[in-house]
Amino acid sequence: MIIALEIGLLYAVMALGVYLTYRVLDFPDLTVDGSFTTGAATSAILLVNGVAIPFAMIAGVVAGMIAGAVTGLLHVWGKINPLLAGILTQIALYSINLRIMGNKANVPLLRQETLFSELRADRLLGTWFSVAVFAVVVLVIGALVYWFLGTSYGVAMRATGDNELMAQSQGINTGTTKIVGLMLSNGLVALCGTLVAQYQGFSDISMGIGLIVAGLASVIVGQAIFGMTAVWQAVTAAALGSVIYRGVIQIALNNGFNPNDMKLISAVLVVLALVLPAWGPLRRLRVQRRRAKAIPEGAAA
Amino acid sequence: MLTLTNITKRFFPGTVNERVALDELTLTLHEGDFVTVIGSNGAGKSTMLNVVAGRYLPEGGRVVIDGSDVTRMPEHRRARWVARVFQDPMAGTSPHLTIEENLAIAFERGKRRGLGMAVTKPKRAIFREALTTLELGLEDRLEMRVGMLSGGQRQALSLLMATYAQPSILLLDEHTAALDPSRAELITRLTGEAVARHRLTTLMVTHNMHQAIELGNRLIMMHEGRIVLEVDEAEKKTITAERLLEEFSKIKGASLADRTLLD
Repeated sequence: MIIALEIGLLYAVMALGVYLTYRVLDFPDLTVDGSFTTGAATSAILLVNGVAIPFAMIAGVVAGMIAGAVTGLLHVWGKINPLLAGILTQIALYSINLRIMGNKANVPLLRQETLFSELRADRLLGTWFSVAVFAVVVLVIGALVYWFLGTSYGVAMRATGDNELMAQSQGINTGTTKIVGLMLSNGLVALCGTLVAQYQGFSDISMGIGLIVAGLASVIVGQAIFGMTAVWQAVTAAALGSVIYRGVIQIALNNGFNPNDMKLISAVLVVLALVLPAWGPLRRLRVQRRRAKAIPEGAAA
Repeated sequence: MLTLTNITKRFFPGTVNERVALDELTLTLHEGDFVTVIGSNGAGKSTMLNVVAGRYLPEGGRVVIDGSDVTRMPEHRRARWVARVFQDPMAGTSPHLTIEENLAIAFERGKRRGLGMAVTKPKRAIFREALTTLELGLEDRLEMRVGMLSGGQRQALSLLMATYAQPSILLLDEHTAALDPSRAELITRLTGEAVARHRLTTLMVTHNMHQAIELGNRLIMMHEGRIVLEVDEAEKKTITAERLLEEFSKIKGASLADRTLLD
């Protein structure tokens, strides 16, 4: 279970990225499946070629941001539907990722020095110590996301996803905020890719397949459980959602499911998290809670 | 302050559904003018506001605001001059953002949005003071999400957000039409106060004759994409709803006659 915690925390970085597009921009971005691998592939190939770890990771993040910008430009300039724009970039990235890895489907990092080498050498991976380290990293990244969403630009980005016409009439260039949001989101996703490649010791062309569902599952499950009224709540929920999601997967694996069933379980989990909150009794409960908080009309004035 | 010259706007051009919404429309607003706009459905009133705001780009003509030709300028860049309040109370605010975050967005209209915090202590004090003018008690609920407010409260907030960064042009598009009478009255009063306070140049579309007469210093009546009646400052002080209705039926009659002639 500690391994599941570690993996959940690693993928929380991706969940934060998915939160930015799916919730903040209201843009279901399927670039993720491709840009995750782009981050992993770019950093892996650079590490193999002797580039220092931080630079390899930065390059991976930048590559992911470029992928996000492409999806954004397809949508904003090309006026292509968000889902389709993401799918197009994702498919194109499959070929590009293979090229990045030198036309190989796999780049092993086994004898490479990675971010996790020391933890591994000291036999600390898979212990509470590494969980704590990972948690601190996620906390820092989550705090950055939270800070950004409170800045003038961040608030403009949230308004873009919340009421685009209002945002435009208030002078927000919603095309730009969307592109920037997609870049930040895919930058985080690619960062997660570079971390996962180093953690598992290889980059693989298929490592990103279906990841958007895992990302959505984390965001949706997390926010169904922890709420998303305030921004700090929504950010925390996205990150914790990832941990819960990996926990659920681990429990399924321990109870007779095999790794091939994981995509099915992910999909079912997302469906449940989307449908259950809208289900009668639960909805009534929420409506009552909301009513209690609303201001009665004519209370003042 | 605002000049529309020979503005033509067609919808669905080149199709059987082609409709001329604005037909060589010309209108000038001087600084501090408050022009109310009346006319039947489909007269082109809202289209005119959308052309001024930049949501629609006209096929012909020129839009000049404050001496700058903005005819082809996108809406978000025009926002440094133009602010508007929509008919739908939900349209002018962002429901998942708090009251203070919505105000912060309006506060920075026309400015560069950077990485400073959107809401700071000094700004919060300004927001609180501005909200007090609405007399709705919203100044004590800065951190409440706007989606929790009623239609009237949201429209009052929209009005504040529009007037507050002191735009060169304020556009009001039947902004009281979706409210119940008492709320509509409140918004009408707040509109008059805000316009007077900042001496805003205003273009207001309304369906309510009395509102059109009560507010503003000039009045225009539109029909089929043209201005068919202009009431100047002196005349507007004495005009009555009956007189306007009379003019209205005259024009309708005229256009009916035109149509029969064409047939």
